[in-house]
Amino acid sequence: MPTEWSFRAITRALLPVLTVLTLVELGSGFVLGSFEATLLRYPALLVLVPVTIGTAGNLGSVLAARLSTAFHLGTLSFSPTDDTLAGNAVATVGLTLTVFPVVGAGAWGLTALTAGSGLGLPTVVLVATASGAVLSVLAVAVTIVATYAAYRFELDPDDIVIPVVTNVCDVLGVLVLFGVVRIVV
Amino acid sequence: MSRGAMDGPRSDGRGAGVVLGGMREELRAVSGLLVLVPALLATRGNVYSSLGARIATALHQGLIEPRVRGGDPRLRSAVAASIANGLLASAFAATVAYVVLWSLSASPASFATLVGIAVLSGLLSGVTLSTVVVLAVFAGYRRGYNPDTLVGPLVTTTGDVFGIAYLLLAVRIVLALGGG
Repeated sequence: MPTEWSFRAITRALLPVLTVLTLVELGSGFVLGSFEATLLRYPALLVLVPVTIGTAGNLGSVLAARLSTAFHLGTLSFSPTDDTLAGNAVATVGLTLTVFPVVGAGAWGLTALTAGSGLGLPTVVLVATASGAVLSVLAVAVTIVATYAAYRFELDPDDIVIPVVTNVCDVLGVLVLFGVVRIVV
Repeated sequence: MSRGAMDGPRSDGRGAGVVLGGMREELRAVSGLLVLVPALLATRGNVYSSLGARIATALHQGLIEPRVRGGDPRLRSAVAASIANGLLASAFAATVAYVVLWSLSASPASFATLVGIAVLSGLLSGVTLSTVVVLAVFAGYRRGYNPDTLVGPLVTTTGDVFGIAYLLLAVRIVLALGGG
């Protein structure tokens, strides 16, 4: 049943979800705040923040859209040997491993041109690639669990999975970046 | 609802990143601003993709006409509700961030500064994003595109770029007005 198009009805449908998602996102904000000094010292890492956040959500939501469609078509079974499931998972990780080194080099190049990056090219590429590798595995896991949960609770994965995956992956993106920066830099 | 081509969101994520990388002065001047960045950007995406999806569904069902002129009252209330909810969520994020940072004695910028930046950037990006979403979905629909596939990539792209650009503008305005 679609929401009635009145100010009050839309607010009643939207505001509770929005409040919860805002709290989730603030969680990743506090993690960012805890390594603010490092980020401000090395602007190349600051450039990676929106990229990592956005890409984790994008990877997850593209996989979620594919899995939801396969699920509706009845071509998906939740088993490790399932071709659709394994193929999409491997493709997502492979895509990340090819794209994130380029993202890292791009972030380094752009800050070197504008502000001075403060870190060497290999370090920034390593941070980007390692974050991407860990994130893609986590994004695949979160997406598969969320799609499976939607299926078990008889909810339409199209409605549930993408908002959950984008917001959870936003937070995971910051956490993984934080972990990798602590180890590498 | 897919978020569209992989390349679009990623490349403008980098555009937003460069602006953020150039915001070091502002981030230093307003302590606690960095904590707000993910929540404010995500609010733009959540609110205006919901608005876009609502308009797309209504077009499919024939509930509204793809015309801005004449001003369908339901369209006006949907846009007003989106902007108001975006502002409420932004102010809520700033309040929670301030209270938590203050209770951790992390000495954040003043409450008025953080809420002012959140609300001002929310208002600027709200007006821009609802205009972009309504006009682009209507134009796409009239040309025979499925509005459902337009909304996701459109909102992620414009949301990230305008979200971070208006955040920078709002910080500068609030600082010029004497916040800090």
